[in-house]
Amino acid sequence: MKKLFHFNGGVHPPTHKAQSTQTPIAQTGLPTRLVVPLHQHAGSSAKPAVTVGDRVLKGQLFGMPEGSVSSAVHAPTSGTVTAIDMQVVAHPSGLPDLCITLAPDGLDEWIARVKTDYLTTPTADLRKLLKLAGVVGLGGAVFPSDLKLRPGKKKVKALVLNGAECEPYITCDDMLMRERADEIVQGAEMLRHMLDADEVLIGIEDNKPDAIAAMRLAVDASSYGKLEIVAVPTIYPGGGAKQLIRVLTGIEVAAGMRSTDLGVQCFNVATAYSAHRAIAHGEPLISRIITVTGNVQHAQNFEALIGTPVHELVALAGTKSDTTAYIMGGPMMGVQLSSDKVTVTKATNCIIASSPALFPPPPPELPCIRCTRCVEVCPAELQPQDLYWFSKSRNFGKAQEFNLFDCIECGACSYVCPSNIPLVQYYRFAKSEIWANEREKDSADIARDRHEFHLLRIEREKQEKAEKLALKEKTARAAKEAAANSQADASNSDTTTIEALRAQVREIARPETEVPKE
Amino acid sequence: MFSPFITHAGSVREIMFKVLLALIPGIAIYAWYFGPAILISITLASLTALATEAAMLKLRQRPVMPFLSDNSALLTAWLLALSIPPLAPWWLVVIGTMFAISISKHLYGGLGSNPFNPAMVGYAVLIISFPSHMTSWIAPQGMGQLELGFIDQLQYIFTGLLPAGASLDAVSMATPLDNLKTHLHSGHPMADIVKEPIYSYLGGRGSEMVALAYVAGGVYLLANRIITWHLPVAFLFTLFATAGIFHLADASHYAPPLFHLFSGAAMLGAFFILTDPVTSPTTIRGKFIFAAGAGFLTYVIRVFGGFPDGIAFATLLMNICVPLIDTYTQPKVFGKKGGQ
Repeated sequence: MKKLFHFNGGVHPPTHKAQSTQTPIAQTGLPTRLVVPLHQHAGSSAKPAVTVGDRVLKGQLFGMPEGSVSSAVHAPTSGTVTAIDMQVVAHPSGLPDLCITLAPDGLDEWIARVKTDYLTTPTADLRKLLKLAGVVGLGGAVFPSDLKLRPGKKKVKALVLNGAECEPYITCDDMLMRERADEIVQGAEMLRHMLDADEVLIGIEDNKPDAIAAMRLAVDASSYGKLEIVAVPTIYPGGGAKQLIRVLTGIEVAAGMRSTDLGVQCFNVATAYSAHRAIAHGEPLISRIITVTGNVQHAQNFEALIGTPVHELVALAGTKSDTTAYIMGGPMMGVQLSSDKVTVTKATNCIIASSPALFPPPPPELPCIRCTRCVEVCPAELQPQDLYWFSKSRNFGKAQEFNLFDCIECGACSYVCPSNIPLVQYYRFAKSEIWANEREKDSADIARDRHEFHLLRIEREKQEKAEKLALKEKTARAAKEAAANSQADASNSDTTTIEALRAQVREIARPETEVPKE
Repeated sequence: MFSPFITHAGSVREIMFKVLLALIPGIAIYAWYFGPAILISITLASLTALATEAAMLKLRQRPVMPFLSDNSALLTAWLLALSIPPLAPWWLVVIGTMFAISISKHLYGGLGSNPFNPAMVGYAVLIISFPSHMTSWIAPQGMGQLELGFIDQLQYIFTGLLPAGASLDAVSMATPLDNLKTHLHSGHPMADIVKEPIYSYLGGRGSEMVALAYVAGGVYLLANRIITWHLPVAFLFTLFATAGIFHLADASHYAPPLFHLFSGAAMLGAFFILTDPVTSPTTIRGKFIFAAGAGFLTYVIRVFGGFPDGIAFATLLMNICVPLIDTYTQPKVFGKKGGQ
């Protein structure tokens, strides 16, 4: 038995996973239209690579990664681009973002898919391949995978594969592991190869015996030998990357730290699967497994194309009339969608149809009584009651001092709060206020710097003018004297003087060329 | 709506209710040994607390029902009633409770915002303002010259009249802690004092049983995870250790440590007063410092101070330190513990 480590706190909410694991993953077929957002990943938005009216093939590049932290976006099927415009996307803000609308032609015609042998390809090229294939973290953070595969300061000992899936209701990773374990294992080996990691630890919560069995079988059937399936205790948020890394390796990755610098890296099982599809089959990330559950007729997992409208996806599971809202993600960390017309993205692991009966509105908020139940459950070992107090009183400096940004927003504190305080909301508010203040401060700093530089330049120009004038006079005087003395001795000293003066002029003139453009 | 969309069943009302429930064995034993007067003062305190709470919420323009039903005012009332002599006149209970709820709770911002334990503030106000009324305790069953029935006790509380021929001295006596202090001051050796019938195995006759019932209530709270072990254990350990050191140094002048644990409000303080979450630290190290300080101060006030017991003032003094303790005992967070 592998020695497991412990992280502080955690909660045990009812899992509600059984209802969506009764039937195998179903294919959705082609929806009537697909709306693919260009910003589905952490980092900067992809740049449109098609124009309205273009006929595109399945897997054709829709959006080109822009900058180092970005990822590509692809056509989920073949068809015609009908619009490139701002549309409301599946994001907590409910704000519109640039999307490409595709009318499927029903042919589902692929681009030419190029298979790559990962063993003979340099890892830098493999990383580029993953970036262009739009492979991002499918656990929910959608961070571009290629960036997580860059070498760190330390040799990577353990690659942690996250199959914990601790959030209630969500079963997409569970079903993927049950049905496609071989490909996950192959993907894991590819990621291990790229990181040159000593071993792969695949953590699966012990409430998924079928997935554990399937994955064990796949590992045994493979010849890799450096992979280990580890059943980890079922506890929320045991599937958080930091928590799983802690449980499997004992390493604590602090906020703002690169885990590769500590010799460990973590990927979701679905990301490993997608990496395998991208490398071994040349298929970009255009679909994912999504659990549709909650207030529906038949809770089930679907392999859905990115860009499928939520209402069309839910209809496949049987919409119920008393559904009032849809939640993307789980009940602990998910977001309520602004509309069921938005489309699924790479971050959509689960859609829960919500009704007042399923998720009753919380009782009225009472004052905090400092009972510290939140402290007991906080996996980041924070003092949530203090952070609440500081956030509420807008004492943001103090909130930061008390490690506000170490909060992973898992919601365990809100879950246990006897005063029904929506603690995470307070932390999100404080974080966004701090970010806004920093942006404001940055722009104020830039403006001030500009102004100061402007004054400096005026001052320097004045000075330079005066210096040039003085130099001119001096040169003229020197020339005169030289001319007067030339007959007496046509010596080297004159040329030296002139050379020196020329050098001086150059010296004065040089900074001009270095002045940055405003 | 925002995540999390689910919550764990549990409420402030339920927590406070369980604390009230945990007090019931202590109250029952109290009534058994000292007569039903305690039930009268608890009822009086409860009614006053609810009325004051409602009035203050109205004045502060806060919703009345959600707060009135949170059981926190009742808990303050019960703790105060248990801290003052049950035969105290009705207005003593009423004044103490009104002060606790209005001044020390609501004027500081109500539930969750009061820096001092309201019941202990109420007690402090009473013992400073009406010291003579605060020291006449009922003699335990079988100990007084005269025992009052329910009607007699009721009559005395509300009218101050005793049955014909009875005097207050006949029905009341000093608490064991007080008795011990007085006798030691007048030069009696410890060994002789404890032979008096008001002393029993652990502390005072009757009161030690009440203390044991409080322990039982405390165990219930621990088992239900309403409180954690840190505060009671650190408090009782410090009180025990301090008393132990003095007792070892001079057994003829200092009572044995177990006597201190089972006398006065030590057990009530350990499990019900210090553990008030609002007025105690939130960090583990802070809890140890807070409770150890309270244990030490309790002993010092009891043995060297002028008051009959030290729990209230020790609690209030440590309450002042809570923000400071919390600030300086912040634990390291995940990934920032160093040495990794």
